[in-house]
Amino acid sequence: MIELENVAYSYGGGALLSEISLKLAPGSFHFLTGPSGAGKTTLLKLCYGALLPTSGEVLLFGDSVSQLERDDIAVLRRRMGVVHQDCRFLDHLSVSENIALPLNVSGRPAEAARDDLTELMAWVGLTHRAAALPPELSGGERQRAALARAVIMSPDVVLADEPTGNVDWEMSQRLLRLLVELNKMGKTVLIATHDLSLIRAAKSQVQARVLRIANRRVQLAGADL
Amino acid sequence: MRRIDLKRLLLGDKNADRVVPPSGFTAQLTLFAAAAMAFLAVFAMALSLASGRLAARWGDELARSSTIRIVAPLDQRSAQTEAALQILETTAGVAYARALDAAEQQALLAPWFGADLDLQALPVPQLIEVIEEDIGFDAAGLRLRLAAEVPGAILDDHSRWRAPLVAAANRLRLLGWISAVLLGASVAAMVTLAANAALAANAQVIAVLRLVGATDRYIAQAFIRRFTLRALGGALVGTVLAMMAVSLLPEASDTAGFLTGLGFQGWQWFLPFLIPLLCALVALVATGAAAQRALKRLA
Repeated sequence: MIELENVAYSYGGGALLSEISLKLAPGSFHFLTGPSGAGKTTLLKLCYGALLPTSGEVLLFGDSVSQLERDDIAVLRRRMGVVHQDCRFLDHLSVSENIALPLNVSGRPAEAARDDLTELMAWVGLTHRAAALPPELSGGERQRAALARAVIMSPDVVLADEPTGNVDWEMSQRLLRLLVELNKMGKTVLIATHDLSLIRAAKSQVQARVLRIANRRVQLAGADL
Repeated sequence: MRRIDLKRLLLGDKNADRVVPPSGFTAQLTLFAAAAMAFLAVFAMALSLASGRLAARWGDELARSSTIRIVAPLDQRSAQTEAALQILETTAGVAYARALDAAEQQALLAPWFGADLDLQALPVPQLIEVIEEDIGFDAAGLRLRLAAEVPGAILDDHSRWRAPLVAAANRLRLLGWISAVLLGASVAAMVTLAANAALAANAQVIAVLRLVGATDRYIAQAFIRRFTLRALGGALVGTVLAMMAVSLLPEASDTAGFLTGLGFQGWQWFLPFLIPLLCALVALVATGAAAQRALKRLA
């Protein structure tokens, strides 16, 4: 599904990541942890083709990103849902329009997917906020809206970058439950977080593989988590 | 960026149109600039077409007519006029020649001396109008024959003053078209600047669109359509206003000269409607190029 083979990434002359080999199998659940600045976001961006590796190979659904055109990567990205810590919305569009955005850019009329959208808004508990503008939402509501937008195309993979970074404990548990639910529907989930309590809480709900970035490399985390 | 989807560009996509935030003041400036450029372009076109008509008229009509003045004592004037007419009858390339009568000569002088002028009281030369055939006549040869047989005859084939006038009219026409091209280039520059500013200001929007799987073509089209429609709308308003202004100009008349003949004639009234289409085309190409550069830079 997503595969990194001996990937290295450098920026401004300095190596950020090196010798990264990673395979996200269908239906698997992964945490990616490590201190701030370790390269979690960079690795996530490599996973969804926003960055190209300096060396090595990133395979998205069997295709090497280095061989693909930008537009081809964009089309493949429709099979991946991405949740950012800062959510990134179009502030002039309503919450429901933002959630429906992946449908619009892929040429699927939102009208045809109206039922899916209604169901999804209810699933993340934002039905009452459908007409609101993103700046009017609380941190938790923004994260849930971002999650809804990430899954509206029914992607094979959900990649989340610090999805609980700006929300309280209760809301982070709610978001975690939603992500676990997605995994139980067969989606592959990769969550980058430095919040170890989130990982501990997830272990009781799902069989998760925890990866840690240290010294520019990815290693399987020990039982201390 | 691969080819633009023209069908989608023309028909539009309500949802795609909404992804680019409205830019308020910048949008109004783009509309205004397109309208102003189109307004000026219509006048440049009118000037160019009028100059073309004038050059053609001076070139065709005046080139086919000449005048012979008989400057001779009053008692010899008739004989010399008759002699000149006989020479003209046998001159190859002369289609027709006739002596103006007293009333016609008086009408020619009336603007300066009034209608009550007594031609006999003034040493006014007798005028002979000469109309040429298409092949024209040998002016130098005719001058020599006239000098030999009609000493008071002076041939004026209008070439002295016609040539610079035709050249001036042609230059004016060229200037009109150059102005129109420069105005088109200005539209391209203005739209490029506005599109670059919009693309730079919307880097975050582009990042979000890419995040959710938008292709460069989709993003570019959203911007291209926005700016193309603005340029088309502004230019249409400017063109209509300019055509109204041109239609209010005085109609062409023989006595009022060049300035009254500036409007369009006949089918030429349809030509200005090309200006909004050209503006839209220029905006499409300019925004497309700007979007391509910006999307590559932001990748």
